[in-house]
Amino acid sequence: MNWLSQHRVALGLILGRFAHAPFSSLLAIIVFGVTLSLPLGLYTLIENVKLVAGNVRLEPQITVFLSPGANADNARQVESRLKEFNTIKQFRFIQRDQALQELLQSTGLVDVTAGLERNPLPDAFVIEPKSINPGGLENLRKDLMKLPKVDKVLLDTAWAERLNAMVRLGRDITLILAVLLGFALMVITSNTIRLQILSQREEIEISTLIGATDAFIRRPFLYHGVLQGLGGGLAAWLIVSLGLQLLNFGIVDLAKLYAAQFRLLPLGTNDILSLLLFSSLLGWLGAFLAVGRHLRRIEPRA
Amino acid sequence: MISFSQVYKRYPGGHEALKNLSFTIEAGEMAFITGPTGAGKSTLLKLVAAIEKPSSGSVVVSGQNIGKLRRSAVPFLRRNFGLIFQDHKLLYDRNVLENVILPLDIAGLQRAESMKRARAALDKVNLLGLEKANPISLSGGEQQRLCVARAIVNRPAIVLADEPTGNLDADYAGEIMEMFKSFNQVGVTLLIATHDESLIARYSSRVLHLKQGELLI
Repeated sequence: MNWLSQHRVALGLILGRFAHAPFSSLLAIIVFGVTLSLPLGLYTLIENVKLVAGNVRLEPQITVFLSPGANADNARQVESRLKEFNTIKQFRFIQRDQALQELLQSTGLVDVTAGLERNPLPDAFVIEPKSINPGGLENLRKDLMKLPKVDKVLLDTAWAERLNAMVRLGRDITLILAVLLGFALMVITSNTIRLQILSQREEIEISTLIGATDAFIRRPFLYHGVLQGLGGGLAAWLIVSLGLQLLNFGIVDLAKLYAAQFRLLPLGTNDILSLLLFSSLLGWLGAFLAVGRHLRRIEPRA
Repeated sequence: MISFSQVYKRYPGGHEALKNLSFTIEAGEMAFITGPTGAGKSTLLKLVAAIEKPSSGSVVVSGQNIGKLRRSAVPFLRRNFGLIFQDHKLLYDRNVLENVILPLDIAGLQRAESMKRARAALDKVNLLGLEKANPISLSGGEQQRLCVARAIVNRPAIVLADEPTGNLDADYAGEIMEMFKSFNQVGVTLLIATHDESLIARYSSRVLHLKQGELLI
């Protein structure tokens, strides 16, 4: 008994069947690929968004504004209190006149501010905390509020959190979509294999009569499922890669208008391997279901 | 080799195909089962090949009790048999050689060895020149010979044949029977069901007469 040659026989049989009906085999693979490309494309886009989000500094900054009436002594007092916090990594002081200068330079509002009688901006401290967990930051914010002459404490992590939450939501949607479509694909494969089994009914019967084990009869159908899944995975990869190329034409042009360089990156090797593994597994599962349900019904009637 | 003792076979619906059958066929024997259509010849062969199980009594083949055989053990028992059917049961999407190789693939033989044995089997039934042909293009006699080649390619200890000459004219039928005789001479046990009494008369083999499921002595 040589199991390797048995597998070769099964594989040869299936490849022969594919070659025998290339059109319908290709069609089944394309259906598989198109269906898979939906969650895969979404996943690729989200990965790209995540990449962009990762490039933005996610360390939160806390800005402490002193009340407008605070003088230099008050500021020094706050400064010495800030040094006592062990949850603060570093901080810098922005004097109100300096802040106004920066504002004028960055916005070009010189004309407008020229009409102001006095500087409306308060003194401020920009603080970089050690921890970035939301609970810790909130506590720090409350402590800072208790300092004398402090008017307002701003935590500017909200937008980063929103972006992260959106990415997370996108991933959840992708996951749900992948699970649902995966299930649909399993059913589709199962149906393809069922038709295969029915069309091979005679062969199955005869093989059983001359001593084929269940495993021998199952094997080609399981191979069929795996190959269909693998082909579908490759097709999905191809579709998504082509889609990214098309999108990139527009995106690169758009980015140029904003004087930025940006393009959607293709899937990584690990992702591709996972995809192929996943799609093969789906095909195998579909075949396994069909084989389990239908082979027992074909008993020889010699 | 094959031993029936008080075997009954009832099909669902109450039809009693075999009644109180007891006989033994020794290794190396060649025996005919005869009787009119519906006498239970096919049922008897199905019991031997574990396609059906007896309703009561015991069928023992090569030391194995068919009635108590596990499903997973059946394929390995069947590999001891060469089965020949009246309707050939050939695969028409494969060529002649591939049809003969099927039992060897199932048994898990190496390709090179399979090829050698398949050609030898085809040679024995004088079909060597038609390896690449599709079975559908063969005549009835050639198809039956192909079926014989497939049955013997795995060197079975027992050959079971159900009406092997049913659709053949006398010359072809005689040819097939001569082949069976030659297998028997090299030690193969044969059990042949046929209603063709004239064919049996030419051989001095043992004959089991069935009538309405009962064995006539």
